[in-house]
Amino acid sequence: MNCSVTNLVEIRDLHFAYGERSILSNLQMDFPRGKVVAVMGGSGCGKTTVLRLIGGQIRPQSGSVSVAGEIVHKLDTDGLYRLRRKMGMLFQFGALFTDLSVFENVAFPLREHTNLTEELIRDLVLMKLNAVGLRNAAQLKPAEISGGMARRVAVARAVALDPELVMYDEPFAGLDPISMGVTANLIRRLNDALGSTSILVSHDVHECFAIADYVYFMSAGKIVAQGTPADLRVSEDPYVKQFVHAAPDGPVPFHYPGKSLADDLGLEARA
Amino acid sequence: MNRILDILAGIGRTLRDSVAAIGFATRFFFNLLGVSPGALRRPGLISEQTHFIGNYSLVIIIVSGLFVGMVLGLQGYITLTPYGAEQKLGQVVALALVRELGPVVTALLFAGRAGTSLTAQIGLMKAGEQLSAMEMMAINPVQRVLAPRFWAGVIAMPILATIFSAVGVLGGYLVGVKLIGVDEGAFWSQMQANVDVQADVMNGVIKSFVFGIAVTFTALFQGYHAQPTPEDVSRATTRTVVIASLMVWGLDFVLTAIMFNK
Repeated sequence: MNCSVTNLVEIRDLHFAYGERSILSNLQMDFPRGKVVAVMGGSGCGKTTVLRLIGGQIRPQSGSVSVAGEIVHKLDTDGLYRLRRKMGMLFQFGALFTDLSVFENVAFPLREHTNLTEELIRDLVLMKLNAVGLRNAAQLKPAEISGGMARRVAVARAVALDPELVMYDEPFAGLDPISMGVTANLIRRLNDALGSTSILVSHDVHECFAIADYVYFMSAGKIVAQGTPADLRVSEDPYVKQFVHAAPDGPVPFHYPGKSLADDLGLEARA
Repeated sequence: MNRILDILAGIGRTLRDSVAAIGFATRFFFNLLGVSPGALRRPGLISEQTHFIGNYSLVIIIVSGLFVGMVLGLQGYITLTPYGAEQKLGQVVALALVRELGPVVTALLFAGRAGTSLTAQIGLMKAGEQLSAMEMMAINPVQRVLAPRFWAGVIAMPILATIFSAVGVLGGYLVGVKLIGVDEGAFWSQMQANVDVQADVMNGVIKSFVFGIAVTFTALFQGYHAQPTPEDVSRATTRTVVIASLMVWGLDFVLTAIMFNK
């Protein structure tokens, strides 16, 4: 995973903090071309922040994120927008434009970035919607479809311009098991069909392990384990074991750190 | 002594924050103007928003204009009659409307009706990550979403103010001429003779244009910079009405002093 020619995205010595609060520290990650790489970890471990740094929505305090050989935070606005045309992103809740129909949502990036004829746009949109199984829902509004369907429409919109890099932020959150399986297969299938690179941020072990080529485990803004799903399934690392087997206690404590219950109830003082 | 120092520090901090906020808003305003050529190249987006924003306010503008004109007709008649000057009613109603009430009341109604809608709409788009999604699609949301709405508001405001004034004159006519019995010929001829297109009507249009900039920009700025939470979007909506209304009053005084200073 160290040959930069094969990596579409590289993260080196990355530090990021919101004010005094450190979110990511000394991060090193590689995302090889054509692969599906999952970034996993508990809520608040900094997974989504990694995506936002790759997309250039925020800037790191130190270190670098490079996409297709360009250091993201060194680009000016035009350069950043040029780079983003190579990216597609699925937001956690789809982020569909609520005033537009399903069809218009998928057509939106095509209309904004290309001079294609209406006929061609129509064909392309219907093909993308067909790929996510929603061709017949083209005229519905986002409010008229389920959460799982909205997520699939958002996937179709994210890949409308056939991007080199597709980022998925919690694509399985809040989905029923059937929708989850459908979405997971869709991500894998689209990645292979488009020849793109996918970064999958999630905490759903089963689905991620089923489709990812490589997995990073994060905790408190650091990489704590990495490897192929097969390696991680048999890993003896306590964090990985706790996460993969969904154990309530382990390296990640059940209780938020702070004073003990005895302290709060004043039991020691009474004794 | 410490207490006095604390108070002085508090005043200093408030002043510094206010200057910073004004500077931030000014930068954003010029940023909005800077991306406007891109938006103006797509007149379809602006006309769609003008239709949308104008329609929001049309009913309230017409109804308010009618009642304001009717009240003006009545009050004007009561005030002018002791001087035997009720023939001047048409002139009084028209001047009051085109110079002041048309632009000012329209701007206040526009802030309350369309301005709050704009703030809530942009704020909710932000909360639903729609603006972030646009940015990630390499589309500048300020150019694609805000600029068309800004120019739509700027275009809609003078049109709405003109409608307000026209309906108001009609209201004054209904009360003054049809209800009270002021001479119809005097009502219209006094208006025609004493209302100057350049000095009165055009100055009113310029005022409503300036108010359109102030109110629409305030609404968009508040929505765009609201925290993406229900509480802050609702607070931003309130801020839009308060700030836009105060700006309208302040600008009206300045513009009146400049325009009608003879």
